[in-house]
Amino acid sequence: MKAANMPSEKQLSVSDNEVLIELKNINKWYGGFHALKDVDLTVRKGERIVLCGPSGSGKSTLIRCINHLEEIKDGSIRVAGKEIDKAAKSIEAVRREVGMVFQSFNLFPHLKVIDNCTLALRRVKGIERPEAEEIARKYLDRVHILEQADKHPAQLSGGQQQRVAIARALCMEPKVMLFDEPTSALDPEMVKEVLDTMIGLAEDGMTMICVTHEMGFARQVGHRVLFMADGEILEETTPSEFFKNPQHERAKAFLGEILAHH
Amino acid sequence: MDKFGSPEFLFLLQGLKWTVLLTIISFIGGGIIGLAIALARVSPVKIVQRIAAAYIALFQGTPLLMQLFVIYYGLALMSFNIDAWVAVSIAYTAHASAFLGDIWRGTIQSLPKGQIEASNALALGYVSRMRDIVLPQALKISLPATIGFAVQLTKGTSLAAIVGFVELARAGQIVSNLIFQPLLVFGIVGIIYFFLCWPMSILGSHLERKLSLGN
Ligand SMILES: Nc1ncnc2c1ncn2[C@@H]1O[C@H](COP(=O)(O)OP(=O)(O)OP(=O)(O)O)[C@@H](O)[C@H]1O
Ligand SMILES: [Mg+2]
Repeated sequence: MKAANMPSEKQLSVSDNEVLIELKNINKWYGGFHALKDVDLTVRKGERIVLCGPSGSGKSTLIRCINHLEEIKDGSIRVAGKEIDKAAKSIEAVRREVGMVFQSFNLFPHLKVIDNCTLALRRVKGIERPEAEEIARKYLDRVHILEQADKHPAQLSGGQQQRVAIARALCMEPKVMLFDEPTSALDPEMVKEVLDTMIGLAEDGMTMICVTHEMGFARQVGHRVLFMADGEILEETTPSEFFKNPQHERAKAFLGEILAHH
Repeated sequence: MDKFGSPEFLFLLQGLKWTVLLTIISFIGGGIIGLAIALARVSPVKIVQRIAAAYIALFQGTPLLMQLFVIYYGLALMSFNIDAWVAVSIAYTAHASAFLGDIWRGTIQSLPKGQIEASNALALGYVSRMRDIVLPQALKISLPATIGFAVQLTKGTSLAAIVGFVELARAGQIVSNLIFQPLLVFGIVGIIYFFLCWPMSILGSHLERKLSLGN
């Protein structure tokens, strides 16, 4: 066995953990366009996955299928032991376990930061306002933005808004966090504060799937890199292996382009 | 032959009272039903959507006068023994609900998709999504258009005179027939309408400016 194929330390630490996300044979169509082709993915507790690939390859679509923001044609989705079927209840059950952070933050502009964070606690978990605010403060503090709790999102910088969005998702105490290019809409000087927040989450053992082109981040926290193209996962390996020895031509071209831009 | 004096003016104010009442009732009634129409129009259930769309098209595609006639005489023909006042209120409420429903449908659909996606990702159910996220934002954006419609509605109540309802315009007609001074009387009626509607228009454009600066 070549040294490069040895599982890394990071991988060893999660390989015995329970399976949190199991996607089998996912096929997704947008009208006549086949966006995901027989995609399989297994994610274990504590595992951190970096999803990359060229624009239009289906990265967003894939993670949005996990919490049923997109409906799939066939395949099965199981999160924390709960399978998504047609019933609204099963969708809600899965969404309760999954936090999501979007490229464009998607905070609720008419609500104060604290209310952005407490809304789902109150409406979904039925927690009373004082207790919900206590939980929200804990997570706002964790993303270092507690002092902005009474502001409206529009009064914050992009980086601050994204950290609020992360806190909002964390308040629901999800088992897994999905990130869809959380730093691509940010001014360069704000990227670091968001990445640092995500690294903090990683250190606390959060299970994460991150669509990102931040390769430094991928190296630092990723257990596995998945490379997608044309609706398929073409490569699935460790970050160091991926950067050193990309197998597919598409992956080589992709890396070449990414590196040229950074 | 009389001059225009305080009894005549008081009679006009009586008419004004009914104009204001009819406007308020049909605006509130139309607002409640209009909200239901707007929600039905954006419902995930196709058939519900279609019914709401047809309701809106019906009221937007026909003259208000005809709607008044049909509902007013229709209710009478169906031998509902109801007051003219109630019949007219029903007609205006139906009219207002279609227009308000369509205004709100538009602003609901204009919200960024990310708002719905974030609500869904947080596992919020339909009721919370609408009550806490969609409607507060949509109704706020729609305020100028909603007030604009309220102005239209206020002026539109003058058509109720046709079926014998004595609101401001009809009161003006009666006074004018008594004292034979149509220019004077309708001039005063016009001024009263103006001071009723003008503040609303001002408020509407003020809100419009504020909203466009706000976001
Ligand atoms: N709502 C939609 N309707 C139709 N086609 C869609 C829709 N959403 C995505 N697609 C198509 O599906 C493909 C995959 O889209 P997706 O957004 O998942 O790509 P991506 O890998 O996230 O790309 P990017 O890096 O640009 O975000 C693209 O070709 C896109 O045009
Ligand atoms: Mg994407």
